[in-house]
Amino acid sequence: MSGAQVSALAVVLVSLVTLGIGTWGLRFSRTTSDFFVASRTVRPRLNASAIGGEYLSAASFLGIAGLLLVGGAEMLWYPVGWTAGYLVLLVLVAAPLRRSGAYTLPDFAEVRLGSRGVRAACSLLVVAVGWLYLLPQFEGAGLTLAAAIGAPQWVGPLVVGAVVLANVSSGGMRSITFVQAFQYWLKLTAILLPAVVLVIVWWGDGHPSPGTAVPGGWSSPVADGGGIGLYTTYSLIMALFLGTMGLPHVVVRFYTNPDGRAARRTTVVVLALLGLFYLWPPVYAGLGRVYGDRLVAEGRSNVLVLELPRVMMDGLPGELLTALVTAGAFAAFLSTSSGLAIAVSGVITQDVTGRLVGERRRGGVTAFRLAAVVAVAVPLLAALALENVGIARSVGLAFAVAASTFCPLLVLGIWWRGLTTPGALAGLAAGGAGAGGAAVLAIAGVEGSGWSGALLDQPAAWSVPLAFATMAVVSRLTADRAPAHARRFLVRLHTPESLELDLS
Amino acid sequence: MTGPPRHVVARPRTRLGEVHDQTPLGDLYLRSLLREQFGLAARTLAAVALALGTLPLLFLLAPDLAEREIAGIGLAWILLGGVAYPFLLLLGWRYVRRVERNERVFVDLVLSGRGERQDPEDEG
Repeated sequence: MSGAQVSALAVVLVSLVTLGIGTWGLRFSRTTSDFFVASRTVRPRLNASAIGGEYLSAASFLGIAGLLLVGGAEMLWYPVGWTAGYLVLLVLVAAPLRRSGAYTLPDFAEVRLGSRGVRAACSLLVVAVGWLYLLPQFEGAGLTLAAAIGAPQWVGPLVVGAVVLANVSSGGMRSITFVQAFQYWLKLTAILLPAVVLVIVWWGDGHPSPGTAVPGGWSSPVADGGGIGLYTTYSLIMALFLGTMGLPHVVVRFYTNPDGRAARRTTVVVLALLGLFYLWPPVYAGLGRVYGDRLVAEGRSNVLVLELPRVMMDGLPGELLTALVTAGAFAAFLSTSSGLAIAVSGVITQDVTGRLVGERRRGGVTAFRLAAVVAVAVPLLAALALENVGIARSVGLAFAVAASTFCPLLVLGIWWRGLTTPGALAGLAAGGAGAGGAAVLAIAGVEGSGWSGALLDQPAAWSVPLAFATMAVVSRLTADRAPAHARRFLVRLHTPESLELDLS
Repeated sequence: MTGPPRHVVARPRTRLGEVHDQTPLGDLYLRSLLREQFGLAARTLAAVALALGTLPLLFLLAPDLAEREIAGIGLAWILLGGVAYPFLLLLGWRYVRRVERNERVFVDLVLSGRGERQDPEDEG
């Protein structure tokens, strides 16, 4: 059996197991509540594995190692930022968000401000951020299948799209929880085991040092270019640290916790699981410096994780390890895309198709399935039509948009009773237009140079403060329009559950 | 010596009722809980900003740091590729312990029966 066949088999296996667990989970999915939030009964450890599985995307599994190989230590901010984002989420948002009792971000906005307008704006943003994040997942799937089995670029997106659609529309959130939890452990194994084997091989080779072709600044955690480099690095840090809380698929997971306390504990386990995973991509980058000169020269550093086993080991062992990392990469696309598809279809169901089909219980599930088709098809077509934007780049832009819109809305909505509807709308518009505009220009292929390029490429450092300031100032100016129930709502967000129990 | 309460409350009120019903005393409870929780969050974030956030500036101002190696691995790689994760986990774990303690204190305070109820006019 050739190497390509082993890898193809691995991809088929991952897809089948994913579908299998999804169908098994279907036995537990009975109601619309199961579909959206697994009826809020998921325990911290299972939920944390599911969050980890969902969160570790194509960018984490494939993108980072390649970026580290080419860009050096400054790219370490990606994995650190993706982990630190959960700490920020933990301290500012986790428990109150869960206690708000809302299903999705638009739900939160609506109950907090009592405004249909803010709800509509949030729904639009959830769909926009979700699609912006789905695009690189499909792109990565195309790259992976092309590298592993030599398939044309369009095969990967279609396979991922089909499996995700089948899974999401059959079992909803409940079955996806099991799938995601399984996929975290699969991904950890798929990145850890080959890394350990390859380090042993490297040691057996007489642990050679990296070649002379060491890129400049490989050991500095700040981008080149003095002031511009410093701006770029800090802007990236800001987008990643603050963007996590605004990602639709991350937020929707918090509603599946039984209560606010469980939401916090889940987040701490997530911090541990992510840290455990992110220790490994740098190992691939380090080995890539020794063995991967050809990949860099050919501009294929983005498939470093997939190619390294083959480059370092001949014959069957190399092919088996390649099959394992291919399976892990595929799990990454499937799980992140599923999570995003669930979140986006949840919003589309509530705001669009739910109205069309009707609010009945069975109608709710039909509406959800209809929405899932839309949620997957649009970014799939975009991925097939557009040139590659670069996995890490478009993921970075999705974080920038989330950090400039949902982060201020959540933080001010949870901690400041002075937030008003006009303030929230103005802030969302300012942040969304700023970061979203930069993202649209990037996808359209516009590239500036010098400061203008840096400001467009990494908008977070100006768009996040702009959104916060706009939201606060306009809220102050319209203070008489603060919702009457704001104080009562804050009480609910910050009151421990043990009190609620005593009350009722 | 304190006089008898000027208001006779018909129905026994818990302090939780005060928190929910926008009385000045309830307002005070909530404000103090919010301040406590937000302060804790801010301190945790400040620790992150101080430990991680200063690294780019530090490495820009002292480029020699990038040349430092421990066991053949660059300093930046050790800090951001390894040490950062247990550090973030530790901060998260400490935060949860403290925030749960704050909440216990708040629950005890609120459930500790009817305190001396203050006159609504006394506070604003």
